[in-house]
Amino acid sequence: MDVLDLARLQFGVTTVYHFLFVPVTIGLSLLVAILQTLWRTTGKNSYLRATKFWGKLFLINLAMGLVTGIVQEFQFGMNWSDYSRFVGDIFGAPLAFEALLAFFVESTFIGIWIFGWDKLKPSIHLACIWLVAFGTMASAYFILAANAFMQNPVGYQINETAGRAELTDFGAVLTNPVVLAAFPHTIFASWMTAGVVVIAVSAYHFKHERDLDVHRPAMRLGVLTTLVGGVGTAISGDALSKVMTSTQPMKMAAAEALYETTDNAPFSVLTIGSLDGRTGTPVVEIPGLLSYLATGGFGGQVHGIDDLNADYQALYGAGDYAPYIPLTYWSFRLMIGFGMLALAMAAIVWWSTRHGRLPSRRWFWPTVMWMAVTPFLANSFGWIFTEMGRQPWVVFSLFSTEAGISPSVGMRTVALSLAGFTLVYAVLIVIALKLFFKFAKAGPPSEEDALASASGPSDDPDKPMAFAY
Amino acid sequence: MELTTIWFLAIALLFTGYFILEGFDFGVGILLPVLGRDDRERRVMINTIGPLWDGNEVWVLTAGGAMFAAFPHWYASLFSGFYLLLFVILLGLIVRGVAFEYRGKGTTDRWRRGWDACLFGGSVLPAFFWGVVVANMVRGVPLDDGFDYTGTVWQLLNGYALLGGLTTLLLFTAHGAFFLHLKTAGDIRERARALGWKLAALTAAPAAAFLIWTQAAHGDALSAILITLCVLSLIGALVLDLLGRGALAFACTAGTVALASAALFAALWPNVLPSTSDPMNSLTHANAAATDKTLGIMTWAAIVFLPVILLYQAWTYWVFRKRVSVNHIPVA
Repeated sequence: MDVLDLARLQFGVTTVYHFLFVPVTIGLSLLVAILQTLWRTTGKNSYLRATKFWGKLFLINLAMGLVTGIVQEFQFGMNWSDYSRFVGDIFGAPLAFEALLAFFVESTFIGIWIFGWDKLKPSIHLACIWLVAFGTMASAYFILAANAFMQNPVGYQINETAGRAELTDFGAVLTNPVVLAAFPHTIFASWMTAGVVVIAVSAYHFKHERDLDVHRPAMRLGVLTTLVGGVGTAISGDALSKVMTSTQPMKMAAAEALYETTDNAPFSVLTIGSLDGRTGTPVVEIPGLLSYLATGGFGGQVHGIDDLNADYQALYGAGDYAPYIPLTYWSFRLMIGFGMLALAMAAIVWWSTRHGRLPSRRWFWPTVMWMAVTPFLANSFGWIFTEMGRQPWVVFSLFSTEAGISPSVGMRTVALSLAGFTLVYAVLIVIALKLFFKFAKAGPPSEEDALASASGPSDDPDKPMAFAY
Repeated sequence: MELTTIWFLAIALLFTGYFILEGFDFGVGILLPVLGRDDRERRVMINTIGPLWDGNEVWVLTAGGAMFAAFPHWYASLFSGFYLLLFVILLGLIVRGVAFEYRGKGTTDRWRRGWDACLFGGSVLPAFFWGVVVANMVRGVPLDDGFDYTGTVWQLLNGYALLGGLTTLLLFTAHGAFFLHLKTAGDIRERARALGWKLAALTAAPAAAFLIWTQAAHGDALSAILITLCVLSLIGALVLDLLGRGALAFACTAGTVALASAALFAALWPNVLPSTSDPMNSLTHANAAATDKTLGIMTWAAIVFLPVILLYQAWTYWVFRKRVSVNHIPVA
């Protein structure tokens, strides 16, 4: 282990951890906004109870996403100062835009939404949660636009004297083909994630047949969100893989551990043999699928790792330009596999609960609850794949990860902060999960309580707050 | 005006806004064990900033993002050089942020006490270390010809910087006391008022020493004026609190924070991170900056969006303008 490994490990740990909460925030803010809107438009108090119930669970998750997000912004400067110097002229702007356009909106209006039940007119209060929901999506766009520059640098020129990349076309940075595909992919995946969380929590209450007037509509909404999100994730993922093939062919080859350039390339679902797939024996193989994912045609040519490596050596000098193949190969499969499982689960739940049915097998609902882990695993493997698949570059074709490290930061410093963050994050996730389960099991507030705390502005100056920390 | 000058001012403005707003948030957290005699009173205190703290914290994220975009070298040198200081600040902000949301979601005494400790620690650490960070930034640090910090973490804990940290810690605490005077009702309000002027008096000596040191070592005419006004503003807060004028006293500590921050940035100009090892390696607003193209785009974004942000944040403060008393706290 050297400083580079530790800094990379720290980035991986803090980012994957942060992204456990981000998709739930993006998806649940929207679902809470929809539930509250349904309450306002139908007048059914079961929707209000659902809004309160899911709002609380949403906030338990949001707090974690929020505080771990600050680390992300600081980390580029702390561990990756030479990277920051190299890309700052381009990469910093989307981050600043994110703060100005999205993060201020989210953070300000969530405070108003939490405390505003008895302070604002109901319509304005409702508008606040919609602003939060749009804010989270706008946030995602700018962050993904910044990340897209690392995958596929556009709209820049290299200034040799200054030793950095400089912005020439901000429009190109914001409409990078990678972000245009990665944004829907991330949003759909977030919907799928939040949908599965809603299904799993509702499953608990279905199992105990409690408050079904609240949980049945929520379950239906969760199933619908997961199905739309899951299918959308697959379609946008297919689009993203074609963009990836043209911008980062090495990543596509690494996803399949395809060493030689092949027409009509198959996709192996499972391989045994050597871990890096060089001498492996595929157990289940779908002919032509890799070619289809990469090029849109089953007979299309997919470039192999060895050929690409030779090309890159000619272009960028001696070195190994392939990522760590076992990791890319397996994370790509696990991402798709867990995503498919989540989608299939939602379809089965939909089928088993159609027209008011209740599945009677004892294992059914507990299984559904455990399936809640699938989208989180899929999301994590997706990011691990996309970031590890770019290696050895931090900005593809321009700047190596190794060159991005902070020269002034020593081993002990990174080790200390890595240990500190890991420890605090580990304690916090235990607490967050315990709280989440506690309030998920407690179920929605009674109709009385829900209405009392959503009464709108009052003239009585001494009336207790509808919500207080 | 040059774009790099505009963005130096913008970064100064964002940090100043952050210190004014989150300053009283930190103060409330620090005073939690002092002014809150029982759980209900502590909840009164927490709920004065409950709806606001998150929006206040975005100011520093915007300052960081804007620094990254407008002055990549400033961001890179400062964040890598001051690594462990920022690490401690981050830990503080993490446990504090979670504490707000989670404290009320448990029922045992131990649970609430634990989160109270997080709110206190998570306020003390950033309140102190932001002062250390800014003081070191003005004082300068050894930088090599790649603008990388060459010192150790212990060099960042020098006398001047520690005095800066003590100043922000005490000033934010006083600022928090005046905020509580403004935003609470009943017993706790009286105690906040009685404590306010004492805290202001306690702040005066280290603050004056720190600012005079700043002026002597790094100051110019502008910083001299700002520092004079800053000290007057702090005295004003003290006097106004004794006269029972809580709102004006709070405005005065807000002014003290703003003027102190402005004075420090004035003393920093035209550098953004001076080098103490070789002046040739100093980072200035010119050599640390992004291209005019990036700065131009950012300028338009700031011109359009900053006023909107100020409007809706001001609206939040209007919505939650009512004083909080123990009667307003619902039973958990």
